[in-house]
Amino acid sequence: MSTSNTTITSIGAPNRRNTELALLVFAVAIPVFAYANVGLAKNNSVPAGLLGYGLGLGALAGIAHLLVRKFAPYADPLMLPIATLLNGLGLVLIWRLDQEPRLGKAMAPNQLLWSTLGVALFVAVLVFLKDHRILQRYTYISMFLSLALLVAPVFFPAVYGARIWITLPGIGSLQPGEFAKIIITVFFAGYLMVKRDALALASRRFMGLYLPRGRDLGPILVIWAMSMLILVFETDLGTSLLFFGLFVIMLYVATERTSWIVFGLLLSAGGAAVVGSAEPHVKVRVQDWLHPLKLAANGGVTETAQSMYAFGSGGLFGSGLGQGYSRLIGGIAPKSDYILATVGEELGLAGLMAVLLLYALLIERGIRTALAARDPFGKLLAIGLSGAFALQVFVVAGGVTGLIPLTGMTMPFLAQGGSSVIANWALVAILLRISDTARRPAPSPAPSPDAEATQVVRSQ
Amino acid sequence: MNKPLRRVAVFCGLLILALLARVNYVQFIQADQLQNDKNNRRVAINQFAQPRGDIIVDGHAITGHTTTTGSDFKYKRTYVDGPMWAPVTGYASQAYGTTFLEGVEDKFLTGNDDRLFFNRTIDLLTGKQKQGGNVVTTLNAKAQEAAFKGLGNKKGAVAAIDPRTGAILAMASTPSYDPSSFAGNSTTDEKNWVGLDKKNNTDDPMLNRALRQTYPPGSTFKLVTAAAALESGKVTDINAPTQSPQKYTLPNTRTQLINEGNIPCQNATLVDALRYSCNTVFGKLGAEMGEKTMLDEAEKFGFNNEQFVPVRASASNFDKNMTPDDVALSSIGQFDTAATPLQMAMVASAIANNGTLMQPYEVDKLVAPNLSTIAQTSPKKLSQPLSAQNAQKLQQMMEKVVKSGTGTKAQISGVRVGGKTGTAQHGVNNDQKPYAWFVSYAMTDQGSPVAVAVVVEDGSANRDDITGGGLAAPIAKSVMEAVLNK
Repeated sequence: MSTSNTTITSIGAPNRRNTELALLVFAVAIPVFAYANVGLAKNNSVPAGLLGYGLGLGALAGIAHLLVRKFAPYADPLMLPIATLLNGLGLVLIWRLDQEPRLGKAMAPNQLLWSTLGVALFVAVLVFLKDHRILQRYTYISMFLSLALLVAPVFFPAVYGARIWITLPGIGSLQPGEFAKIIITVFFAGYLMVKRDALALASRRFMGLYLPRGRDLGPILVIWAMSMLILVFETDLGTSLLFFGLFVIMLYVATERTSWIVFGLLLSAGGAAVVGSAEPHVKVRVQDWLHPLKLAANGGVTETAQSMYAFGSGGLFGSGLGQGYSRLIGGIAPKSDYILATVGEELGLAGLMAVLLLYALLIERGIRTALAARDPFGKLLAIGLSGAFALQVFVVAGGVTGLIPLTGMTMPFLAQGGSSVIANWALVAILLRISDTARRPAPSPAPSPDAEATQVVRSQ
Repeated sequence: MNKPLRRVAVFCGLLILALLARVNYVQFIQADQLQNDKNNRRVAINQFAQPRGDIIVDGHAITGHTTTTGSDFKYKRTYVDGPMWAPVTGYASQAYGTTFLEGVEDKFLTGNDDRLFFNRTIDLLTGKQKQGGNVVTTLNAKAQEAAFKGLGNKKGAVAAIDPRTGAILAMASTPSYDPSSFAGNSTTDEKNWVGLDKKNNTDDPMLNRALRQTYPPGSTFKLVTAAAALESGKVTDINAPTQSPQKYTLPNTRTQLINEGNIPCQNATLVDALRYSCNTVFGKLGAEMGEKTMLDEAEKFGFNNEQFVPVRASASNFDKNMTPDDVALSSIGQFDTAATPLQMAMVASAIANNGTLMQPYEVDKLVAPNLSTIAQTSPKKLSQPLSAQNAQKLQQMMEKVVKSGTGTKAQISGVRVGGKTGTAQHGVNNDQKPYAWFVSYAMTDQGSPVAVAVVVEDGSANRDDITGGGLAAPIAKSVMEAVLNK
């Protein structure tokens, strides 16, 4: 274990809570202005719910801030404002799309409820998880829990061609993958912390690569098989990519062996090639990616093409909130998978880059937390969570903008969907907890009773 | 553990970088292409998102707009006297796109033209609604009305030009259609459109016959042959007898070219040959001058070239690589020779303008919503098909036609009028009803203010009555009178 890169001083470390507060003011103000902007553009009037929305978002941010001040005073000051800003913008975008009668029923009120639950979970994690190392105790429970969550959707009907939902009649649907993402990271972190030496050192050299022993290879093969099974039975390219990528990143960080990456990439490339050519659902996605503007079989314009048109029509500065036509994508997609198309069209290239940079900043703060963490479990957990977040952002944004084939995942915080927003608030809470531990000044050494006795007395 | 962490950080940075590069590619480099893609509905939505600018004739808008509900489109185009102006305006339909002036000047009318950038920006800053610019045409409402009413229920077209500038004064085509009838996006609009479509309507009302239909020009083409004879020096004295037989045997054939009726064509002077419309004289002249001379002259008048006024007008045709007998037939406007009414108006205008052919145009200027002129068309010379001297000789000949020849019905008291009739046979063995042509100009002390070409393809008229002088000349006369303000 190498040394931490933060200088630890015993006194006077600034806790940056006031910075966080100042940033939060902006994080609340920007969505409120955006909300007013939509109302003015769509109905020529400031929306009636502006005050309530502003106060609501402000209250959520304020409560979260006060509890961070109390329970994680040394936590990173950027993560909470960024999450608040993204969530606030997401609510505005969903409300904006609610103004299009053809896109079905309003979803912003529910999303606000989910966001509130998300912040509640965030607060709960901060209050009850006094130290992230407690999670280490639940390594194997986490494994079973995450496996259960991942497998569960197989028993429920497919929605839009992918089995990633658990539908509970009368209550709604749940996307367990979002929660499994966090829980499996806890398992990986705990497992790798214990096994990393064995994985790193006991290996054979073959063609310049360090190959692990068979018994250490077991877990990676199990995870690989699992992600492939998810891909095949749930036709969920995104989640399987996410899990596999997550595991490879954590394995690499734990063992510091490049060979694991080569090994992991080979396995994932092989699996993706097989599934990509065999699974019809995935095949369609790949075709859409290669020919985004091609008309559908019935002569209509595809969702993929519509989203490309939305991005292209946004140009540099966009049409302005409320003045675009991303509703042409149709159905529920503009509010969920394709929410970035609305950002691109209405806020333009400038706005979309700003949003992407917000995500980049959040990821950077997460990785910095990993660097700063003093214990290997904390490091692994932090890099796992931020890595998963980064992969998810890449897979979703890359899919929507046509960089890679589209997969069914949601943009964290921005997109409509309860599971996603709740899970991501929890993710940020855990990262804050780790960063609080990392940045907390070391307690001043207690006066040792032996100090006097062991004083070195210089002789003349 | 920090070294791999830093590498993972770099990896995550690369992922974000790739995303940023991609969105720059899509929203900056590809943006134009995606914005204007034909399947991008925003193109149509934007077209109708604000009131379209108007098309203006004589200071009055011949277009308008109304708001629509229940669709993506906010505004709908309306037209004043739609059928009369349809050949000029074309249509701007929410469902069926745009054509003619509505199509060519679409960006300006919708306000999306780059030249309106400044106005757009000012409107944006002052919070005004985006506005389209207006297109001011050169057309003359009275002349247009005279042309449209003159054609009446007959099938045909009229094109009138100011020979001094090339400005188009009238452009009528019948049967016509009302572009308002399918300007929207409803089922009624669809029904009207389907009814007008040439697949279901043999009259093809949406065809602009003045610009897009070529007809055999018949005897009116003799003007071009006469111009070629004068320019090439084949004929110098228009009052000297030509060496012409009563019946002309086409070169290398046994086919005899005869004249219509009992007219004095043997060795007739050029003046008389045009006055009586002698096929033999002009057929022989054409064959003797040869294809190259004829083709050169025809192309100087604009044949074999599309004209952009700025709406595209079809190219009129004078064949290349013909045998001498075909050249003879072509020289009297038969064989494959074909001309748009605009083309024949150009021929008359060049003669009336002392040999100088001006580029025809129908857009005088483009005016921004704040009434400042953004673009002004200045008259441009297209070519010099004949010298001023020869043009004046041809004027004398054409005036004789109206004074005491086949075109007496076009006489206007107190005004010098020159003209030429044509009765073009067509169809296999000339079995279809011929087209009646009349091409003329009026001359004042300030030069010629109007040249006009009229073609009537009337299926209902008695075959014997279909003559240029009978059917077409009165229409040409009323158009000229309208321009002269008589």
